[in-house]
Amino acid sequence: MLEVTGLHVAYGGIQAVRSITFHVNEGETVALIGANGAGKTTTLKAISRMVGATGDVHFCGEKILGISPHEIIRKGIALVPEGRGVFPRLSVLENLRMGAFIRDDKAEIEADIERMYAYFPRLKERADQLAGTLSGGEQQMLAIGRALMSRPKMLLLDEPSMGLAPIMVQKIFEVVRNVAAAGMTILLIEQNAKLALESSQRAYVMESGQITLNGESADLLHDPKVKAAYLGE
Amino acid sequence: MKNWLNPRSTVGIALIAVALIALPFVVGAAGQAWVRILNFAILYVFLALGLNIVVGFAGLLDLGYIAFYAVGAYTWALLASPHFGLHFPVWAILPIGAVLACFFGVLLGSPTLKLRGDYLAIVTLGFGEIVRIFMNNLNSPVNITNGPQGITLIDPVRFGDFSFTGTSQILGLTLGGPQKYYFLLVALAILVIVINVRLQHSRIGRAWQAIREDEIAAKAVGINTRNVKLLAFAMGASFGGIAGGIFAAMQGFVSPESFSLIESIMVLAMVVLGGMGHIPGVILGAVLLTFLPEALRYAVTPVQMALFGKILIDPESLRMLIFGLALVLVMRFKPAGLWPSPERSRELGDKVAEGAK
Repeated sequence: MLEVTGLHVAYGGIQAVRSITFHVNEGETVALIGANGAGKTTTLKAISRMVGATGDVHFCGEKILGISPHEIIRKGIALVPEGRGVFPRLSVLENLRMGAFIRDDKAEIEADIERMYAYFPRLKERADQLAGTLSGGEQQMLAIGRALMSRPKMLLLDEPSMGLAPIMVQKIFEVVRNVAAAGMTILLIEQNAKLALESSQRAYVMESGQITLNGESADLLHDPKVKAAYLGE
Repeated sequence: MKNWLNPRSTVGIALIAVALIALPFVVGAAGQAWVRILNFAILYVFLALGLNIVVGFAGLLDLGYIAFYAVGAYTWALLASPHFGLHFPVWAILPIGAVLACFFGVLLGSPTLKLRGDYLAIVTLGFGEIVRIFMNNLNSPVNITNGPQGITLIDPVRFGDFSFTGTSQILGLTLGGPQKYYFLLVALAILVIVINVRLQHSRIGRAWQAIREDEIAAKAVGINTRNVKLLAFAMGASFGGIAGGIFAAMQGFVSPESFSLIESIMVLAMVVLGGMGHIPGVILGAVLLTFLPEALRYAVTPVQMALFGKILIDPESLRMLIFGLALVLVMRFKPAGLWPSPERSRELGDKVAEGAK
């Protein structure tokens, strides 16, 4: 579904992502793991067109590397930005509505909001609260809910566990697995390698801008190199 | 806004209408000067509402807003005065002024798309000064703006044979020039307010809101941030341009002096003091900040005379001192503005409560 070939990103003279190639099949959850500064977030930003890149990115057979950032979501790719990126001074409900900005089927949007509330009962309780006053975990749920409101074909998740309490991290990953189980294609970027590998079918390991390992997540969990470098065993 | 349109509040609308009609006559009893001040208050309502689109809705800090007012004013001055011997009619000049101001809005907007906050403020401040200095110096080699002397004998607003200067009899009432302008301004103000309210609740209004909150997230939900920001600059600028045109016609004279940095700051103060992003608040801010300095002008001298028997402090300095103090006090005790939107007062209210714990 998503095919990335020879993707290259440079910030000035610094090569953040060096010609990486990977793909995500329909219905699959693929994790991209690696340490801080390995180039994971940059890769995601390049796919969602927030930074310029060279190489080739195809989505559903269509080349998407040339289009503008706001067009990406119309192609069916929804990004959940790093650090959550909810609209802090809008209410939970308004945030969800904003997620459906590209749609104009009012009745369907209202139905989808109810579906999000069913997914995340916490958000329903706080519907009228300003998003900026939610806890970190609730904001992450809201960010995922907002992304789903565009009815995407694929979800890009940037570090959903960042800055959250361990118990919240578990909850968020439960949500991610539920969304995946409902048939969503997911590209998951994560520093928490163990959780990411447990929640995905396949994974790529990134190091200094390059993909150094890839395979079935279950195998990588037992790979000695991965264990030593990322699982702290 | 819904309550206003509610049939039950027809009475409210009627009361406001009666008050708006009676106002210039009541104020006129105290002298025509006060009617002129009233007219300026409405002009500032235009300006504040225009700037509110840029600052309040889209969250882009603009310190050069008065430049668009200048563009509108000079457009009118050049197209309807003996300076070039041109005398275009109202229905032609006002749109031309608005379109030109809009063009300048985009001109300012496009290079600043990637800037935010302080950086944007500095660039817009520079832009405002550039426009003013241009007006000041475009008198040689070809005399376009007549430089610091400004342009005089500008045509008033005229519809056919009906001119907005001088006294005329309408429906048995004697209306002075300022009173006639008042009614024109109120009519335009209502139009501007309706456009603003509609904008705020439109799809574009929501896009502005999103950009103000978080630009990356706004892009991620599919908002074309570049176009939507340019639109904010363009719309805000056109309101400024229209206000400028009326200003030139009303005064009969324009010079670069009227478009200094302090004017930009005053308009911004109106927006912030009234309640950023909240239309009724912005209107209140504009009216108050126009009247307060004028009222102080008249009050400062008699009060000093009564208290001390002589004038101790120069009235002009004291007036600005009190005015500044009033601004500081409002910002200290009503940080969200005098009449903020419910969401904003809730948000700032929460912070105050947390701080007190």
